[in-house]
Amino acid sequence: MRAVPTIAAYALRESLRRRVFLVVAALTLVFLGLYGFGAYKLFQSTEGVEPPAGISADELVGATLFGLAMFATHFLGTVLSVFTTLGAIRGDAERGLLQPLVVRPIGRATFLLARFLGASVVGAVYVVVVFLAAMGLTALAGGWWPDRIAAPALELAFGVVILTALSLLGSVVLSATANGIAVFMLFGAGLVAGLLGQIGEALDSHTLHTIARVTSWAIPFEALYQDALNRITLDTTGFTEWALQLGPFGGAELGGAWLPLWTVAYLAGVLGLAVAAFARRDL
Amino acid sequence: MAAAALAVQGLAKRYVSVAALDGVDLELGEGELVGLLGPNGAGKSTLVKIACGLVRPSAGSAQICGAPAGSREARRALGYLAELFRFPGWCTADEVLVLHQRLTGSAGGARERLELLELVGLADARGRKVDAMSKGMQQRLGVAQALVGSPKVLLLDEPTSALDPVGRRVVRQLLEELRGRGVSVLLNSHLLSEVELVCDRVVILLDGRVVAAGRPDDLARPRGIEIETAAGTRVVEGTRDDVPRLLAELAAAGESVYGVQVLRSTLEDVYLDAVGGRGS
Repeated sequence: MRAVPTIAAYALRESLRRRVFLVVAALTLVFLGLYGFGAYKLFQSTEGVEPPAGISADELVGATLFGLAMFATHFLGTVLSVFTTLGAIRGDAERGLLQPLVVRPIGRATFLLARFLGASVVGAVYVVVVFLAAMGLTALAGGWWPDRIAAPALELAFGVVILTALSLLGSVVLSATANGIAVFMLFGAGLVAGLLGQIGEALDSHTLHTIARVTSWAIPFEALYQDALNRITLDTTGFTEWALQLGPFGGAELGGAWLPLWTVAYLAGVLGLAVAAFARRDL
Repeated sequence: MAAAALAVQGLAKRYVSVAALDGVDLELGEGELVGLLGPNGAGKSTLVKIACGLVRPSAGSAQICGAPAGSREARRALGYLAELFRFPGWCTADEVLVLHQRLTGSAGGARERLELLELVGLADARGRKVDAMSKGMQQRLGVAQALVGSPKVLLLDEPTSALDPVGRRVVRQLLEELRGRGVSVLLNSHLLSEVELVCDRVVILLDGRVVAAGRPDDLARPRGIEIETAAGTRVVEGTRDDVPRLLAELAAAGESVYGVQVLRSTLEDVYLDAVGGRGS
């Protein structure tokens, strides 16, 4: 198993060389800077505002802002995971980088899982760090803290881990460009599922609600995102909760007890498929 | 009896409607250097890739030192240089070898790396990044990479295509040294003169089949006797055994003989006969 850290480190150095981390770090700094400034200004502008009875302005602003920050964090984590894996197999094989490595006595499954491990750890750590940074900026700007911290952070991180596995699976059969497009289309499908859920919530449409729910479970990084979104305002009740449902929290459902089991099984299935497809692939 | 370094039996590979290999038998003995020849698309690279476990055969079998091609045991015994390969540009020559030492589990350390770089004439470039190397230097680094872990079988796919004459000579000498150490080498090359110089045997593929195989000398045919006299140079039919008789006849006829050469076909002639003048 000595090959696993070797391959993972090799893949991360390759990403460093391609300046993936530089681009993501620059985007992250821009995002956090703008987010901190925007949060400060927004809290400042709502200081003198008297909200309707039963609604907490700080909670409404803080949760809405942080909910949007979670989306951005999810997106940036996805960019990182996709760009570190999109050409891992077919792309690298076409460039002649893969063959010298996989003829070594390490096994294709070990190679693939090492690539997954390296990219997943980086993606997951990145998401948790940006989540905590955005949370700190929100607290600094308006004194608002989410109702839950650990679970939503881990759920966002696990969502990115699932996207990493999907990107690796795609990299076995698709060229790097096609794979990048495919994974971002999946990400977009999750976004659409969230929007449908919001509309379903606003119109009280059972059909839209079902479509959104089925879609988010079919691509469970979206179900995890919705669950995480829900958890940051888990203890918020009354009119504030109702007001929040009109914003990005509309349709954000708790996944329930089956969600962790389903996501783990889903991840195992995707990785199993990737390993099987890679084992059969001629290089 | 020890298993052959490479044993290929009835090997076939089909890509949809195209047969890249169509029932190839081939054996590479211990310490043997075999040249694999054929026009582009003959199936040479496919055969090598199957032996490495990069491509799955449609039928037949390939074994490396008795282990099925592609198995961990087989991979442990072989070194491979692909026709089209690339090392990460950010790696130095030394780092490339470190990576492959880790993947093969070689305990050779810095000494093995230095020896390999010296073997391919890159000792002075050990700290140079791949991006800053010429194509020829990268190819020599590729040969060194294939030798990491002291493989018993070496599969080289066009290892000298980007090398200048000096680089080719370095690789040729290296191959001869490896043969001396008992390493078996399958050399896939278009450079017939090079193959003729170093290989014990050659196998010529055409359309996925073996069309000629044997020692270069055995494959060569007599092409007559070239005789240089005062009247000029002429070629007459005959073999080495006919030379004394011909010389006696010429002397009896009062002709002065300045030179006699028994002509045999070159590997190039054998190759062109075998492939029927087919190119890429």
